[in-house]
Amino acid sequence: MSAQSANLESRAARARRFAALVRKESYQIVRDPSSILIAFVLPMILLFLFGYGVSLDTTQTRVGLVIEEEAPLTRDLAAGFQASRYFKVTVGRDRREFEEDLVLGRVRGIVVIPAGFTADYAAGRHPTVQVLVDGSDPNTANFVQNYAQATLANWERQRLSDGAGRPPAISAEQRFWFNPELTSRNFLVPGSIAIVMTLVGTLLTSLVVAREWERGTMEAMMATPVSAAELLAGKLLPYFILGLTSMTLCVLLAVFLFGVPFRGSVAALYALSATFLMPALGQGLLISAATKNQFLASQLALISAFLPAFLLSGFLFEINSMPTVIQWITLIVPARYLIPSLQTVFLAGDIWPMFTRSIAVMLLIGCVFFALAARSTRKRIG
Amino acid sequence: MNDDAPFVRILDVVKRFGDAPAALDHIDGEILGGRITGLVGPDGAGKTTLIRLMTGLMVPDEGKVEVLGFDTVTNAADIQAAIGYMPQRFGLYEDLSVQENLNLYADLRGLPLAERAATFDELLEFTDLKRFTARLAGKLSGGMKQKLGLACALLRKPRLLLLDEPGVGVDPISRRDLWKMVENLTAEGIGVVWSTAYLDEAEACDSVLLLNEGKLLFAGSPADLTARVADRVFKVSGIAHGRRQKLARLLDDDDVVDGVIQGEAIRLVMKPDTKPPTPDDGSSAPDVTTTPPRFEDAFIDMLGGGPGGRSKLAETQTPFTMEDSKPVIEAHGLTKRFGDFTAADDITFDIPRGQIFGLLGPNGAGKSTTFKMLCGLLKPTAGEGRVAGFDLRRDAAEARNRLGYMAQKFSLYGDLSVAQNLSFFAGVYGLSGTGKRERIQLMTDIFAFGRLLDMSAKDLPLGLKQRLALACAVLHEPEALFLDEPTSGVDPITRREFWTHINGLVEKGVTVLVTTHFMDEAEYCDRISLIYRGRSIALGSPDELKAQVASDKLPDPTMEDAFIALVQGSEEKEAA
Repeated sequence: MSAQSANLESRAARARRFAALVRKESYQIVRDPSSILIAFVLPMILLFLFGYGVSLDTTQTRVGLVIEEEAPLTRDLAAGFQASRYFKVTVGRDRREFEEDLVLGRVRGIVVIPAGFTADYAAGRHPTVQVLVDGSDPNTANFVQNYAQATLANWERQRLSDGAGRPPAISAEQRFWFNPELTSRNFLVPGSIAIVMTLVGTLLTSLVVAREWERGTMEAMMATPVSAAELLAGKLLPYFILGLTSMTLCVLLAVFLFGVPFRGSVAALYALSATFLMPALGQGLLISAATKNQFLASQLALISAFLPAFLLSGFLFEINSMPTVIQWITLIVPARYLIPSLQTVFLAGDIWPMFTRSIAVMLLIGCVFFALAARSTRKRIG
Repeated sequence: MNDDAPFVRILDVVKRFGDAPAALDHIDGEILGGRITGLVGPDGAGKTTLIRLMTGLMVPDEGKVEVLGFDTVTNAADIQAAIGYMPQRFGLYEDLSVQENLNLYADLRGLPLAERAATFDELLEFTDLKRFTARLAGKLSGGMKQKLGLACALLRKPRLLLLDEPGVGVDPISRRDLWKMVENLTAEGIGVVWSTAYLDEAEACDSVLLLNEGKLLFAGSPADLTARVADRVFKVSGIAHGRRQKLARLLDDDDVVDGVIQGEAIRLVMKPDTKPPTPDDGSSAPDVTTTPPRFEDAFIDMLGGGPGGRSKLAETQTPFTMEDSKPVIEAHGLTKRFGDFTAADDITFDIPRGQIFGLLGPNGAGKSTTFKMLCGLLKPTAGEGRVAGFDLRRDAAEARNRLGYMAQKFSLYGDLSVAQNLSFFAGVYGLSGTGKRERIQLMTDIFAFGRLLDMSAKDLPLGLKQRLALACAVLHEPEALFLDEPTSGVDPITRREFWTHINGLVEKGVTVLVTTHFMDEAEYCDRISLIYRGRSIALGSPDELKAQVASDKLPDPTMEDAFIALVQGSEEKEAA
């Protein structure tokens, strides 16, 4: 009986300690300008940047168009290039006219309609154009190349359907689902929400724990009856809520300000985000356990969490086109599971089989981080 | 556990960090209830490590620590439930208010709700913080923070109270207040551990554990320690002029263990059964009296005596002509405001060539602000300052070339080696070529940096860091030396050595401005300005200031007595 009441008593004391820690942390978040900055201002800046500033769509790329053979057919093709909304064309007679421009970056490529084009076409051979691009900027070079080929193919089809020749053997027609305009904003904004939660979950959390070490408050708390688990949990809950709040703000902005469609359910959104915060917070705790210094913590958080979420998550760069080793590394980046799922929630709708897989993997990574963090967080100094 | 058993038992404890020499090297000791036990030693002696071992936050590499009958390794939780601990910097949340800090620690320590109102009331009364419960802890003064830290540690009446350097960064008045509070606690049977680098605090403890470089030098009552130098401490007075030279000569005498300047007198510790030597120059015999020994005298004696009186640094210094009577450093109505806060208010003084002038005051009083204005680092809001005749507004660069600056906590580049630091500072002061090489070589010889040249400055022991900082500040033979808290935290031997150099340089005509909150360091100064809340509340020689407050009750006041009386006097004047 007395053991039981002691048990009850200690459970009440534990609950009170936990509530006290959460309350303390919440006061600090509200009063500390840097938390507000990271949780609310920085996300807004990121969203505006991806919403308005950054666009991966190509429009109006400058190219030089060289017509080596003056003929009605080549003029017609040139008109096709000039009408394209992807190119801003300057016409010339000799490729040497544009060589310097290409080197200086004044044009992104040179398209050459070669001499003999008409003859080839008349002979029924597939006509070709030569595309010269600057290989030092492979992304743009690819764009120019592909779009130039597409323009040529279009033109050819056009002529055929005008009845000027035979129908094409096979023609592939592209149709984009879910994001028919291929507006990059529509998949960048959901992706940047993952970045924002990484900032709050990992960067902010590791910073505030490191700050407690620097100011000596951690030591004072550890010398009280509070347990290490209570200390950790008391840190996690407030930042978990802060992360979700920050995410909610981002979603509202995305939908109402940027007009990003939202086709899935709110439940899926929160299930995915909440799960993602597990590995993010776990990583933040692990970092702060490893370093007790704010500067180091921020460096570590940026390198081990923020940059991978940016570069290795499929957010900006296609994972399939990365070297195999890097592809393996992406497997342990939690953001790589969240971002496609979030994009799906926004643009396609609820696809639970995909979500449950993402959630399972993120939980697994989270557990690993927590296990490591718990192992290295003891009530010990040095 | 019976009542007479010691609260803490330290049994042959060793603690190491990395490859460095053991931070605690086979320490044994006991801490009893109902008394204040001082954990005494300079920075790096191992005080904080020993306290952390007692809290169970650290584990010893060898030996064991028992607190209140519990082993610190296996029963840390039981210990933590029964102790109060105030770490350095007090462990307060600066963005929580006084009341919120109290609430937090009350919850963490499991103070029953029913007892709260009464406990808070009692502690706020005790610490005189009642008026400030809504104020953020970060906005409190050093003394108030320290009291709040103590209140948080006392929330659930601990049996053992561990205070890690509670006296640092706190003005002498708050320090005295705190001491009284803690003494009251011991009356209730609480055991108190008070760690300190101040030997005057050590002297007031009921018993001490004296540590130096991880070794236990002494355990017992301070009176037992000072007894070893009883009848060997003398005060030599009547030598107002040339006391620095006299001290230098005395220190070279084989019978002299230790000597320091105390206002216009010299305090000497002699070897057993010897008398202070009489002057050999036939001048009027000084007045020699025995004086009660202090903790520091005994500490130095225990360490085998202080350094000699020769300063190789001063010997190589080219003398500055003492003829011209113009002051080298002048401050006229220096005022600095940050927003509506006046950090320094109308500070005026001047320092003739070859004198030491001290700015004395607690942290945050405005010493450093005044100091920074005078070396051209901070632009005054009003008033003017001159160094070597150069106005700091118009000719700041010229003025700066003539001064050497040694910053608080030694502004060395930790990642640069000793040689690189010397070379860098020589370059900064415009030395180059042969001149630079010769000066660096000279400093290397004088301070014996030879073996250390390739070591990173941050890995040097504190005493050597301080030497290097001095070397860097005097590379260019400055006319004026600015020393900002030059010896805080270093051991007394290094401190003696430092002052031997400074005294020597001053004899060669170098002018020194020093800030300090060490009362006994102020005794080295020719004149002192007492800075309190941005204003200079008293100016004069140490003996003059002491004489101002001498009374029948206190015929021979210490510098700290003088400080406290003068501050209280100025507060009363303000209130009137």
